[in-house]
Amino acid sequence: MFRRLATLSLVELQKLRHDRVELYTRAVQPALWLLVFGVTFNRIHAIPTGSVPYLDYLAPGILAQSALFISIFYGIQIIWDRDAGVLAKLMVTPTPRTALVTGKAFAAGVRALIQVVVVVLLAAVLGVGLTANPLKLVGAAVAVMIGAAFFSCLSIVIAGLVLSRDRLMGIGQAIMMPMFFASNALYPVDIMPAWVRVVSYLNPLSYLVDALRGLLIGTHAHLLLDFAVLVGSAVGAIMAASALLGRLAR
Amino acid sequence: MSIDHSVSPAVSTPARGDPPALDVRGLTYRFGEKTAVDSLDLELAAGEIIGLLGPNGAGKTTAIRVIVTLLRPAAGSVCVFGVDAARQPIRARRLIGYVPQMLSADAGLTGRENVALFAGLFDVPRRRRRARVDQALAAMGLTDVADRLARTYSGGMVRRLELAQALVNAPRLLILDEPTVGLDPIARDSVWEHVLRLRAEHGMAVLLTTHYMEEADVLCDRVALMHAGRVRVTGVPSELKAALGPRASLEDVFRHHTGGALASDKEGDFRDVQHTRRAASRVG
Repeated sequence: MFRRLATLSLVELQKLRHDRVELYTRAVQPALWLLVFGVTFNRIHAIPTGSVPYLDYLAPGILAQSALFISIFYGIQIIWDRDAGVLAKLMVTPTPRTALVTGKAFAAGVRALIQVVVVVLLAAVLGVGLTANPLKLVGAAVAVMIGAAFFSCLSIVIAGLVLSRDRLMGIGQAIMMPMFFASNALYPVDIMPAWVRVVSYLNPLSYLVDALRGLLIGTHAHLLLDFAVLVGSAVGAIMAASALLGRLAR
Repeated sequence: MSIDHSVSPAVSTPARGDPPALDVRGLTYRFGEKTAVDSLDLELAAGEIIGLLGPNGAGKTTAIRVIVTLLRPAAGSVCVFGVDAARQPIRARRLIGYVPQMLSADAGLTGRENVALFAGLFDVPRRRRRARVDQALAAMGLTDVADRLARTYSGGMVRRLELAQALVNAPRLLILDEPTVGLDPIARDSVWEHVLRLRAEHGMAVLLTTHYMEEADVLCDRVALMHAGRVRVTGVPSELKAALGPRASLEDVFRHHTGGALASDKEGDFRDVQHTRRAASRVG
């Protein structure tokens, strides 16, 4: 299982090495959020973030957001693989379906991680007080990988249910922004209306943001709970996506 | 047609008690109300090439997808060298090399990476992996282009790359679904030549589907003519033709056994036609 997972992960890295354009273009959006939205709102002090400057508060939120945005359409790749016959061929090897799905989740994690590097560097240039503790940076990288694994597998689950690219695009668009806004990525949970607050507690993105804030800018975080929720959601999504893979290959 | 038949050996006679390469009994698969494969029986000896022949929508691809364990049959059984594919799918998969109808090599990887992926997934030991990958690429005449991205390959080269992927596991049963759909005549001849050579050199059993009668004539020791989910007749192409008359073609045999169904425009449901078209358009 692990050897096959390593093989599948290596292939995803090879694909990335052959085509890097996507990585660069995808880094534009989070960079803009930080440069335009972050810098502006930092000046007008509209969002109450206590003693933490808004740009510092926002940077981990944007990291989590890029993990979400890059991963939530990942199911399209699976549908593409299905249409191209690649999925069927992989499923006729002795590889467990969980390994096939986890390989894709790993690829989404690596793509998100590369964006993280861009956003962290940009944040550092903008003067955000990020930690220099290597352990905390590794912890943040792990959190982003797990978060991206969850979002990408959620996308594969949707792909397995709707079975078409167009419908997946529609649903992805429909849930992406609500997940982002109904989380603590842009503003503290306390200022949200009560019902949005409930959604934000059910939203794994909030736990990713909380973990990243705690690790990167040293705010109070519930790291144990955050990682437990992230790992639990990722494992659940991998299981669900693996169970639906057969439906896609039908 | 320039295929060299001198490389094709006689079908090896299995030793008494040896299980057949493929033993399909009463295989049935339904899409909702529609019975796509209806009580299919098929036996394939080691070293034999058998063609499942029929128009779009006859149920060939569905039968193949059940045999390779992608679909679970409603009834019937599939045994690969005595291994029950429903009970032990992983063991059965280790014996099978499968090339689907679509051109399914990963365009974003090089030829070598495409083959190495399958070597890894089939547990080829790490120290032997490189040699096995090189061997498979060489057998398909792809050594010189092995480090180019597959998206730069022609349709025929992609097909050969897929054969290399299927071979890297040294399978005992090779299953090819419409191996030459959409290929130009030169690429098609090259694929045929490579399939015949594989059988000659490795004694591999080959099950292929096709709707090209000429392909069945050139490649297959036996053909099973399939129509509306059922096998109408099975036999050696030359004998089937001879039974109808001295100048009969496989088309005539097919029409004779299906009541002229080859030309019927009722055949080929949308899904199957769409698959064939998509495969052809990917070849360009």
